[in-house]
Formats: sequence, structure tokens, C-alpha cells
Amino acid sequence: MQHDEVIWQVIRHKHCSFMSKISTGIFCRNPYNVTGICNRSSCPLANSRYATIRDHDGVFYLYMKTIERAHKPNDLWERVKLPRNYEKALEVIGKHLMYWPKLLVHKIKQRLTKMTQMRIRMRKLALKTREKIMTTPRKEKKREARREEKAEKAAVLDKTIEKELLARLENGIYDGIYNLPFNKFIETLDTDELQAEDENEEESEVEYVEGNFELEEEDDIEDMGMKNYHISNDEVADDDDEEEEVNAVKVRRRSKSEKDEPGKKLKKKPRIHVEVEHENGAERQKATF
Amino acid sequence: MGGKRKKGESEGMEGDNDSKNNNKKMKQKSEILPSSVKNKEKRSAVHAKLKHQKKVEKRKKLKARDAAEKRALELGEEPAPKQIPRTIENTREADETVCMPDDEELFAGNDADEFSSILKRDRTPKILITTCRFNSTRGPSFISELLSVIPNAHYNKRGTYDLKKIVEYANNKEFTSIIVVHTNRREPDALLIIGLPDGPTAHFKLSSLVLRKDIKNHGNPTSHMPELVLNNFTTRLGHRIGRLIQSLFPQDPNFRGRRVVTFHNQRDFIFFRHHRYVFETKESKQSDSKGKKAKDAKGESIAKEKVVARLQECGPRFTLKLVSLQHGTFDTKGGEYEWVHKPEMDTSRRRFFL
Repeated sequence: MQHDEVIWQVIRHKHCSFMSKISTGIFCRNPYNVTGICNRSSCPLANSRYATIRDHDGVFYLYMKTIERAHKPNDLWERVKLPRNYEKALEVIGKHLMYWPKLLVHKIKQRLTKMTQMRIRMRKLALKTREKIMTTPRKEKKREARREEKAEKAAVLDKTIEKELLARLENGIYDGIYNLPFNKFIETLDTDELQAEDENEEESEVEYVEGNFELEEEDDIEDMGMKNYHISNDEVADDDDEEEEVNAVKVRRRSKSEKDEPGKKLKKKPRIHVEVEHENGAERQKATF
Repeated sequence: MGGKRKKGESEGMEGDNDSKNNNKKMKQKSEILPSSVKNKEKRSAVHAKLKHQKKVEKRKKLKARDAAEKRALELGEEPAPKQIPRTIENTREADETVCMPDDEELFAGNDADEFSSILKRDRTPKILITTCRFNSTRGPSFISELLSVIPNAHYNKRGTYDLKKIVEYANNKEFTSIIVVHTNRREPDALLIIGLPDGPTAHFKLSSLVLRKDIKNHGNPTSHMPELVLNNFTTRLGHRIGRLIQSLFPQDPNFRGRRVVTFHNQRDFIFFRHHRYVFETKESKQSDSKGKKAKDAKGESIAKEKVVARLQECGPRFTLKLVSLQHGTFDTKGGEYEWVHKPEMDTSRRRFFL
């Protein structure tokens, strides 16, 4: 026996498990409610003639119930699938609810609009990529920090870098930039000594060398070794053998940078860390001379 | 347990010292273990005594060794070989992918990999640096320093673009790599390096970041092309990571700039450092030779001169740890991972992957 008014009286004034009273108003949790508000006209229980729209995985259905099926809760609701197109869906609603109360039809159409918008929004959001928040166990974090600290100590970074740079210097990557392995340098001086002592002059050559040195010095002001050398050169400007020696070294250096290319590659290959710059450096040197 | 160990030790000692004495000691020790004493004061006293004994023994051993060495030297004999301390590095678990220098397969693989075009100088590296979506405080300053370290790097604001879109964009603009600096709680905590167009994607954990201004006596880098030092990348995976890092930098360093960028791998941590350097002669008698001009004096000075490199740190300092290496560009869902760090790999502290 269906009696709307009695039901409504009970629901509203005694108890309804779908009702939720919050500070902003009284709402209804019943999934069949069209508006979500708890009042007489939109209560799905207290209206024997009622319609609503529900969403099943992105497909909207129009639900209708009439008093004729009130005694058969099993097939109380008549369900019509609404087309995906909004306007067509409106048409279908209009056709099915032709003689229904105008207010209810209006509310259903409003609900359709709202749900379509929601569906669009949901799909858009689903396409968006989101950052996923990962956890890092505190234990692991601490352990890694500890190990990192120890690894840094074991690495002795400054020492290893210095060693590496010296190895590169020895391999002749910096040929033409530094005249630093003084040992070889001075060996050549010693061999040239006797010849050099006899000869004089060649001022023009001297000037060329000095100019070149200054060019090199432009960007490395701190390079003490070079500077010292330069100064010494200045002071003994009239000392012939010194100049002679410089020339000799110059020549030696040039020849080295030229012939280095193939040999270096062979030398480099067995090393474990990869250094590709080398041959290029030699080329560059050639270009600058 | 402790008692047992002591036993073993003293047995080892028997060789050089008189065995009777040791045996006595051993018996004593086994009689009073500190843990068996219930009174706390007594127990600590026993413990202290034991400790002291151990110390004395150790010192004795050391002294004996030194004396033996000295004696050997005097007699002109071969001294006993120096003991090498066992470190984690030299007791590392054997890894079959550690590359030997004559690994033909590796070199063939290197020629065919994604970076070879850059490393052979067919393409010049051009780097796009961007961030995660939210970026603040230390992030931008870190990026500005990265820009000064890596030549030909460009910073683009992330905006709300997807990383895949950015990859596409960078491909069109002919970038060779993308670096994404990920920030968490206002602190850069991860680095994503993507090789382009089809290079791998490496995800690093970034830690202990120190910016330039926080480094004492830091220098300011010049705009010369830096040289690169890649240390200790031994395994296959290590080589690959090394090449990935190498492809970020131009392959024609300007040695006159005296800038060196180091990626040093130690126990799977990759330490990044950026230095200026200078070669100097230590203990140089330059002034001497300069003043005198005498050839003999010069000859003497040769022997004592030693070239050393001096370093001045500039630019940021940070540590990377590889989390994952992905084949192809960034794709978290469909991507194929070459290597992922998993917690079950952490079962031994002597197993390293790079």
C-alpha cells in the first residue's frame, strides 16, 4: 500500500537513514534523489511517481518509477539508457516524461546537464598526468646517508682529481699550454747548452716568443709556473743561451703536438674512465699555433 | 662469542710469542667473562682490564713488527710485505659485467649506442634544463649553477606541461638531452637525465647539495668548455651512465680554461665536483735559478722540482645515486627499464653496480 503523505511524515519527522543534517542544510544520501536535497518534492521514497538519472560507469540511465509497480520492488524502476549526445539525451527525456510534472522534468534536465559536465571534467582529469607520491623508508634514507658519507671519505676526491690531472699532464694532453714538466725541459736545455753558448743574436725570434707567451698568459693569471718562467726570461733577456733554449723547446713542443694524435689514442684506450677530449685538444693546439 | 674470538686470536699469537704465557691468559679469560659477573662495578673493572690487556698486546705486536722491519733493513734483507688494509673497494663482490680495458664487445656496443653521435662529435650537445612542477628556494639557484657548469644549456620554465610533451618539444628543437631537477620540500632531491631523441632515461637521487655560495673559498667558473673526469665507472651499467653523463658536455674542452668537472663514482655514489686548477712546481727553486743563472744550481733544482696540481672548487657540489635506468625516453607506464634499484639488491654492502 503506497501512501506518500504518511511516508513523508515518517521520514521527515521521525527518522530517515538517508537524511544528513549539516550546518548548510538538510541533504539526502539516497542515490535515486534528483537534487540531493531533502524535501517533499525530491524525496525518492515519498513520491510514488518519480524519475531520476543515474550514472553507471560513464553511461547515463533515466530511471522512472510509477505507482503501478509500487507493490513490486523488484522491478520498481524502469530504466532507459540515455544517448551520449547531450541534446539527444534531452529529447529522450522529453519523450519519456511527456506528461510528467513540469518541475520534475526540469530538475531531471538540470541533473543531466550537471552530470554531463561532471563527466567531461572527469575524463579531462583522467588524461592529465599526475605526480605520484612515493615513500622512502626512513631506515633506508639514513643508511644511504651514512654510506654516502663514508664513500665520500673513501673517495678522497681532491687527491684523485689532482692525480688524474697530473696523469693527463704527463700524457701530454696539455701540450703547448704548459711547459711544466720541467725535467724534460731542462734536460733539453742541458743538451743544447754548448751549442747555445756560441751563438748570439736572433733578436727577432726572441720577440716572437715573448709575444706568444704573453698571449698565453692572458687568461691564466694565477699560473705561477708560467709567470716565473716569463720573469726569468725577462731578466736574462740579453743572455743568449736562454733564448736559444726557449726556441729549442718551442720546436720540440710543436713537433710533439703534431705527432701525438695516433699514439695517444692507443694509450688512452685501456684506461677505464673515458676521456675523449684528448685528440681534439691536440688539434686545437695545432690550430692556435 | 667474545671468548671464542679471543681464543682464536691468541692462537694466532702463539707463533711469535711464548705459548705458555698465552695459554695461561686464555684460561684466565675464559674463567672470568665480564658478562658472567653480576656486580656492575666489578664487571666494568674486569672489562676495563680485558680491554687494557688487548691494547697492550696490540701495541706489542706493532712494536715487534716495526722492529722486524728495521732489522731486515739493517741486514739488507727483504722486509716482510706491507699489509694492505681491507677496504670495501678491494673486497667488492665480483661482478661479471666489470669491463676489462680490452673488451671488444663493449667498444662495439659503445659505437652503436645512443650517445655515439654526440661523442663522435656529429652532434653538439644542447641541453634543456627544466624542473618539476613546483619549484622554489634552492631549486632555481641550483639550476643557475648547473647552467654555468654545463655549456650550451638552456633553462625553460616547466609550466604545467607533461614531460612527454617537453620531450617532444625538445626533439623538435634539436636538444640532445633534458635534465629535470625534481624538488621535494623546497630541496632538490632528484635528477632525471633524458637522452634525446631515443636515449635512455636515468633517474638519480640527488643528495648533499652544496651551492657555490656555501663553499668556502670558492672560485667563479669561466665560460670555457670544461674538461671532464669520469672516475671508476667500471661495469657495463657504469659505462653506460658514464657515457650518458659525458654526452651532456661538449667534446672539445678548452684546456686553457683550466676548468674540470668531475663525476667520481665510489660505492655507487656519483660525486659531482667542479674545480678550477693550476699546475705548479712545488718546492720550486725557480727563484734560485733565476737569480744566479748558474747552470749547476739549476741542475740541483731539477731534482727537487715536482709538478703539482692545485684545485679551487667552484660551482655546486652534490651526490647522485642511480635509481633507475630506462630504455627510451621518459615513460613511466609503458617504459622498459634496463635497470632498477630494488631493496633486495641491498643485501650486501660489498655489492656495487656501477
